[in-house]
Amino acid sequence: MSIITIERKVLEKNDEIAGRNRALFAEHGLFVVNLVSSPGSGKTSLLERTLEHLKGMLNVAVIEGDVQTDLDAQRVARYGVPAVQIVTRGGCHLEANLVQDAVKNLDLRNLQLLIIENVGNLVCPANYDLGENMKVVIASTTEGEDKPLKYPVMFRNSSVLVINKIDLIPYLTFNLESLKQNALGINPQLEILETSCTTGAGIDKWCQWLVAHVEPHPKI
Amino acid sequence: MWLKGEEESVRRRSPHSMHELSIAHQIVEIVGQHVPDADTARVKSVTVRIGEAAGVVAESLEFCFTAIIAETELAGAALNIEEIPLMLKCSRCQTTTRGSFGVFVCPTCGGNTTIVSGTELNVIEIELEDEVPESP
Repeated sequence: MSIITIERKVLEKNDEIAGRNRALFAEHGLFVVNLVSSPGSGKTSLLERTLEHLKGMLNVAVIEGDVQTDLDAQRVARYGVPAVQIVTRGGCHLEANLVQDAVKNLDLRNLQLLIIENVGNLVCPANYDLGENMKVVIASTTEGEDKPLKYPVMFRNSSVLVINKIDLIPYLTFNLESLKQNALGINPQLEILETSCTTGAGIDKWCQWLVAHVEPHPKI
Repeated sequence: MWLKGEEESVRRRSPHSMHELSIAHQIVEIVGQHVPDADTARVKSVTVRIGEAAGVVAESLEFCFTAIIAETELAGAALNIEEIPLMLKCSRCQTTTRGSFGVFVCPTCGGNTTIVSGTELNVIEIELEDEVPESP
């Protein structure tokens, strides 16, 4: 019997492409966020609010990941920003090579911020680096307080938590503080923001956060 | 100015519909890089090391691995999974403790911790059957 001893990262191919994506983004001074959440938390609504708010302030592009349909790219394109749709056809997450291909459809020279909306799923996208600067996890108030405990890897790997649908709190048995505590227990460094895409509450703070992270560099 | 709206679709047929399946494909690919084609049928087992916090379900990975190799030269190869516990080291008191999900703060002093182990996802060993000696 012979044994071949190796030590290879299973996801090394993805990580390698992600590294190339990251270098490309850095070369263009682009700030890239990977938006992750469960389905229905309001990722696309937050994106729409964000694009509306940032109009004329930042040059933004969007990569949309969905299992089927380009409905989200259509929603986003209404805001006059370049939007590329990735349809995974059953795939539960985006991988770095899909982003690498999608980026070819964008003129990076003109961009400052790239928002990648991942497939709605709190499990699989946690493992796949896309080359982003940060993962932003969205949890909505209707999902309850225990999401961080159930999906710790995602909350651990994210830099920011956006708590969405805060306008619904009066109608729910939802404890905002306990969601925050659960999230900070997993990741004490997590920055927490609160938004409502219905009332617009907190959108300005979220956009200020994005603007603050975009490199101040001249764009033609 | 960058105001002209445009929309393009990148439609891709992804071979994986859950991430354990995608991971199983990556494992098979790595095996192929270390074992010459002529020896593929000799692969008896593949050992992977998976951290408790890697976000991978062992049973699901095993199922996917078996399914994708079924009608290939690799058919019959076993997937051995070594699970690595989540270990945390406190940045304040330096104590190393066994982590449990939901708690990443130090149980001794309440300080912030860094992950020492438990996020691995590596292929570490491929076992080959002995070559059958050619009959005289």
